[in-house]
Amino acid sequence: MARIKDIISPFTAWKNVVKEPVTIKEPLKREAAPRYRGFHKNDVDTCIGCGTCESICQNAAIDMVPVEGIETKNGDSGLRPRIDYGRCCWCALCVDVCTTGSLSMSNHFKWVDSDPDVFRFIPGVDKKEWDNEPNGYKKPGPNYELYSKERVHMPELKPEERDKSFIEIVRGYSKEQAMKEADRCVECGICVATCPAHMGIPEYIKAIRNEDLNEGLRILYDTNPLPEVCGRICTHKCETVCSVGHQGDPLSIRWLKRYIADQNPAENYKKILETENITKNGKRIAIVGSGPAGLSAAHYLALMGYECTIYEKLPLPGGMMRYGIPEYRLPYEALDKDIDYIKSLGVEIICNVTVGKDITLDELHQQYDAVFVGTGLHVGRSTRIPGTDHPNVYQAVDLLREVTMGKEIPATQSIVVIGGGNVAMDITRTLARIQNQRYGKVNIITTSLESENEMPADREEIIEAREEGATIIPGWGPVKIEIENDKIKGLHVVKCVSVFDENRRFSPKFDENQTNFFAGDMVVESIGQGMDLSYLPESVKDNLKLDNRGRIVVNDYFQSSVNWLFVGGDIIQGPDVIHGIANGHKAAIGIDKFIKSSMKS
Amino acid sequence: MKFKDIFKIKEDRSLYPPLNSEGKIDVDLSSHKYVKLWHGPQHPGITGNMSLELTLLGDEIMDCETHVGYLHRGFEKLMERRKWIQCFPIVCRITVPEPDYNEYCFAAGVEELAGIEIPETAKWLRTLTLEMARLQSYLMWIGGQAGSLGMGIVGQWSNYCRDLVLDRFEELTGGRIYHMYIIPGGVRGLLPDGFEKRMEETLKTIEEFMVDIDKVMFNNAVFKKRTVGMGYIDPKWIYQFGITGPNARAAGIPDDIRKKYPYLKYPELDFEPIVGKDSDIYTRADVRRRDLLLSVDLIRQILAKMPKDGDFKAPTPNVLHWQIPAGETFIRSECTRGEFAYYIVSDGSEYPRRINVRGPSYTHAVALLEKMIINTNLADVAGLMTSLHTYPPEIER
Repeated sequence: MARIKDIISPFTAWKNVVKEPVTIKEPLKREAAPRYRGFHKNDVDTCIGCGTCESICQNAAIDMVPVEGIETKNGDSGLRPRIDYGRCCWCALCVDVCTTGSLSMSNHFKWVDSDPDVFRFIPGVDKKEWDNEPNGYKKPGPNYELYSKERVHMPELKPEERDKSFIEIVRGYSKEQAMKEADRCVECGICVATCPAHMGIPEYIKAIRNEDLNEGLRILYDTNPLPEVCGRICTHKCETVCSVGHQGDPLSIRWLKRYIADQNPAENYKKILETENITKNGKRIAIVGSGPAGLSAAHYLALMGYECTIYEKLPLPGGMMRYGIPEYRLPYEALDKDIDYIKSLGVEIICNVTVGKDITLDELHQQYDAVFVGTGLHVGRSTRIPGTDHPNVYQAVDLLREVTMGKEIPATQSIVVIGGGNVAMDITRTLARIQNQRYGKVNIITTSLESENEMPADREEIIEAREEGATIIPGWGPVKIEIENDKIKGLHVVKCVSVFDENRRFSPKFDENQTNFFAGDMVVESIGQGMDLSYLPESVKDNLKLDNRGRIVVNDYFQSSVNWLFVGGDIIQGPDVIHGIANGHKAAIGIDKFIKSSMKS
Repeated sequence: MKFKDIFKIKEDRSLYPPLNSEGKIDVDLSSHKYVKLWHGPQHPGITGNMSLELTLLGDEIMDCETHVGYLHRGFEKLMERRKWIQCFPIVCRITVPEPDYNEYCFAAGVEELAGIEIPETAKWLRTLTLEMARLQSYLMWIGGQAGSLGMGIVGQWSNYCRDLVLDRFEELTGGRIYHMYIIPGGVRGLLPDGFEKRMEETLKTIEEFMVDIDKVMFNNAVFKKRTVGMGYIDPKWIYQFGITGPNARAAGIPDDIRKKYPYLKYPELDFEPIVGKDSDIYTRADVRRRDLLLSVDLIRQILAKMPKDGDFKAPTPNVLHWQIPAGETFIRSECTRGEFAYYIVSDGSEYPRRINVRGPSYTHAVALLEKMIINTNLADVAGLMTSLHTYPPEIER
């Protein structure tokens, strides 16, 4: 029963009459906590428009839209996220998953407007009062990741295992490694736009995740008939722009491509790619040069039913892939796997035939319906400094070619290499191996005009060359080769202050007061290659349009001003495998159009 | 007849209409003897959006049918069309005042299926948020319980206290109501600087107010008169209906998931389940009041024992295409209303095959209420319903 205490006790509430109220006096001025998930901010300059925020948003509140003043370029889609606050639930998963870290939140939470449309806005572009608010939710750190930022390490030979031999260095991913690496992909497609061949990179990485390597191979061959080659030595422009690479390691797209190609045995290719029965259309195409461009053109033309014949000057097909790239980077069996498949489509490759000497271009024109030329850059450029006419001064491309041909190449005990590109690294590492085999030690100095960070060679090439014992000294310009008693003593160099001018044009500047001398009894030049177009007959040369730098002018389909002559590969777009492949593919489409249109007329 | 027996269901029903074969009464509304009354869905005495279809004889309830569906948002179905990570912002919305139990059950289920062990710090932080959620949920409830019986002042005090806990939630998780803090793999941040000090101040304030609430509510003749012996839950119904939480513990059954099936860091905390024995509204209220104070104690224990730094999220596969291995799991936790559980089925794809949310309100508000409301007075319906502490959003996932 109720006691008297129970009747009196509730009246204690009256003590609050004399207490201060606890209500917040000005609630609109209350500031939210520093971690509060308020309105979005986006650093539009850091943002690359990868759209990962859009794909994680469970409310479909984010749309990627074009923005005025932001151009689409390599590594930037040109789009920026537009957020609809009618749908947003402020979960901040978009902030957590943002690959560049550009997206964050302020702690502002009050926004009143009579126009409902303003609540659909592009953070960072539509200026808001909270744009510079330092507080608000940011991706927590460290070790808080929604996907792995660390690349799965590719197993490779240790320097002491590889410095004497030409065995391939990288061993390839195992299934577990490939699956783990493929898992890191955010499927943004920035890489597809950047790849010259526009390969379906997120799709084939997805195929790896789904353990469907047949589908993976089909996707590879849609745009690239040399996956074994590209899986090893592609310049991987895709990885340079990979959105995951902005805050971590980019995906090893190249190794994943190699994984798909390696895992599919060559004998299954025709079945997987459904190329067992190709209907021939009776038209014939001649292709000069069996490099990536020529092979790529032949592959896609063969699929369309054309009969293709490739003429190759050297004893084996492959061009620079075989005669320029050392075996430890691209083993010949990998290259042969790709070439054999292309041959199996009915492509004929005639080696040891020099067009212009054994058969002329005009003869090809008479025998075939169209001609594709992809003869590449095989003539080494010289620095033309005093002393380069000495017989112990060599061109890198010539030496590399002779190594492949199995010839005994000159390699003295101390060598100086001039050049900072991948070819320079190739010859450095090749000569280092030969020195190691012959003399048991490496004594090779490679010097480049460019500073360490500007060197055009791949970073891993430089690191690996150093691991193998080569000395790489960037930032010096060659002046003169010191010759004494008709023997080379070394190379005089002068400090290079800058290589490019403000417009990124090649214009090296030197500091004459700083000089150096690299001792060596043999010098190899590797500063770039030029083309040899002497096989073009006068009748063609007269009609061929050249630009002001002497390069052949082609249209979008690599058709020159002589309508039956298509030109592609290194002679059009500079030394790069993947550009050659893309050119060849495009040219194949162009040749098909050209022949179909000439049949109509 | 004892005082508390007055409100028990009378075995002698001679004064009332006879029951039909379904155990219900046949109501002839044209007899003008009965009144049909919709209690809810917009009624302050109803917890959330549900309604009771009452049949009254005078002011006594003859029959009751519960109606739900006013808040149905189809969460379980929505999740089948979302990737696993995309379910994470959804689950917290299933129980509005207690999002953390949803977050915990979902995350723990995903981790169990995917075989992920979360870092120690994350386990402590999860335990902390679950106890903070319990604290603020009870504070909200206590206002409702008092308000439904006519004491508005308690709700004002307790909601002030709850706001203080929400302030702590805001600085820890970045959100006041929907915290979205317990993510599959761990949590989304460490304690901010000075959190323990501010939390201690909050806990002290709550303890001070609880003394006042004790005086005003629990030692109040009116409250006692209206609640002692009222809304009796027969202990034999506990397992018949599947009653859990304070509703069961007030009937003397010491079932507490935190003790019975320990999870997170509860085995390392020192506590005993709060038990009552009279199983009426007053006892249930008292069990909850003591459970609230236990939460205050547990938060102090957690903050004293937990590591303040270290990893708080285990590495997971890329969430954008996370395929959870095929399997099923049942994850339970003790929420303020009882056993809160998720049944998660994965078929190995990027999307959940089935997620079933099993909240205690389903039993308490739909089945149990229909039975225990019979023969009570219309004026007591609101108090009775609040004493079951139900949240309709979790009935209608």
